[in-house]
Amino acid sequence: MPSLPPIRPEDEARAAVSRNHGAFDAPVEEHQRALFDFLLRLGDDSLILGQRLSEWCGHAPSVEVDLSLANMALDLVGQATFFLEYAGEVEGAGRDGDALAFGRDVLDFRNCLLVEQPNGDFAQTMARQFLFSTWQKMLFDRLAASRDERIAAVAAKAVKEVAYHQELAAEWVIRLGDGTDESRRRLVAGLDWMWRFVPELFDADRVSGEMAARGIGADTAHFREDYDRAVRAVLAEAGVEPPADQRPILGGRRGHHSEHLGHLLCVMQYLPRTYPAAVW
Amino acid sequence: MVSGLAIAGEPETRPAVNAMWNVLRSVPDPEIPVLSVVDLGIVRSVSPDRVTITPTYTGCPATQVIERDIRAALDAAGYRGARIETVLSPPWTTEWITPEGREKLHAYGIAPPLVPGQTAPACPQCGSRETEEISRFGSTPCKALWRCGACAEPFDLFKCH
Repeated sequence: MPSLPPIRPEDEARAAVSRNHGAFDAPVEEHQRALFDFLLRLGDDSLILGQRLSEWCGHAPSVEVDLSLANMALDLVGQATFFLEYAGEVEGAGRDGDALAFGRDVLDFRNCLLVEQPNGDFAQTMARQFLFSTWQKMLFDRLAASRDERIAAVAAKAVKEVAYHQELAAEWVIRLGDGTDESRRRLVAGLDWMWRFVPELFDADRVSGEMAARGIGADTAHFREDYDRAVRAVLAEAGVEPPADQRPILGGRRGHHSEHLGHLLCVMQYLPRTYPAAVW
Repeated sequence: MVSGLAIAGEPETRPAVNAMWNVLRSVPDPEIPVLSVVDLGIVRSVSPDRVTITPTYTGCPATQVIERDIRAALDAAGYRGARIETVLSPPWTTEWITPEGREKLHAYGIAPPLVPGQTAPACPQCGSRETEEISRFGSTPCKALWRCGACAEPFDLFKCH
């Protein structure tokens, strides 16, 4: 990562000390910490978007759409299971995927802000899905060649499913943008809402830089242009202008979330927190 | 193909391994019970101390049920020593469904995955190729919903994956 300053040993040492003062961070091997963070990011992106999509279950405009959204949610939660289980093993503090999903507080989540945004109407949900799945497809294409065999295996498996999500969302963006005045108005509003959270997907920091340098992660800057081109092509087909660039909102990767995530977690975590030993 | 590779182990373990494959051929897939887990191609290898399986879809909720069913079948047949391991790589594809499995799917009313060059499945009810997709996602993650233009019956297509 030429754009980042080199990481000095003293920086690492200071970061380790300050991080362990937090309620969340358990001591982990120094070289595993970035990997743990990286896995949380991947897992939390999928988990939170999967939870969001599942809110549509029983509410979608038609039974086919209901099935689509529920199935995409299932795919995403499946991805999250693999990433969070692995994160728990890397952390080595005895937490499994369930403990990470249901036992962390809002500040400990590392998902991007885009996935936690509220569903709004169907057009807003599809705008979010389109912007995220297009990015996730490009990311997983690269992670399939990760030097970490487990990440590569999950990405290679999941990318086929994500390609479906991307195509489905793109079709809806086109159909809504090219539909009635009302569907177009709603799509434009949905894109406007989500647009400011796109830059975070390409934001580089110490963790992403270290993962890319070690060949485990991928440098998202490498596919920023492809992403912009792909998004603009679909919007053009939908007959919709890309929203004006807005001030980017960042912070999800460091645990600075919008108010929406806390409400989502209340619903998602209520049962296992109230009845910790509950089993199906 | 898959089974052929796996059976070629030490000669003295072959009868046991063959018997274990036969046990696995009796374990139905929970979502599509007409198929066995072997037909579906999710049993990757078998040895006296280990059976490796692979999930079809990342989020397939049947994966845990499948593992439990295989465990129960192996235990009942006396193969308690065999561990069950899940492997992801290389990822499962619909090409691993056996030819026999494809026939069983069709007979059950589910169109088998499209083969290269094919753009629309034949209707499993009347055989017409005049079919159209209704929804990319069907009753389970592995299926899409289609409709036949000739007999008007909706049907599931096992998605190419």
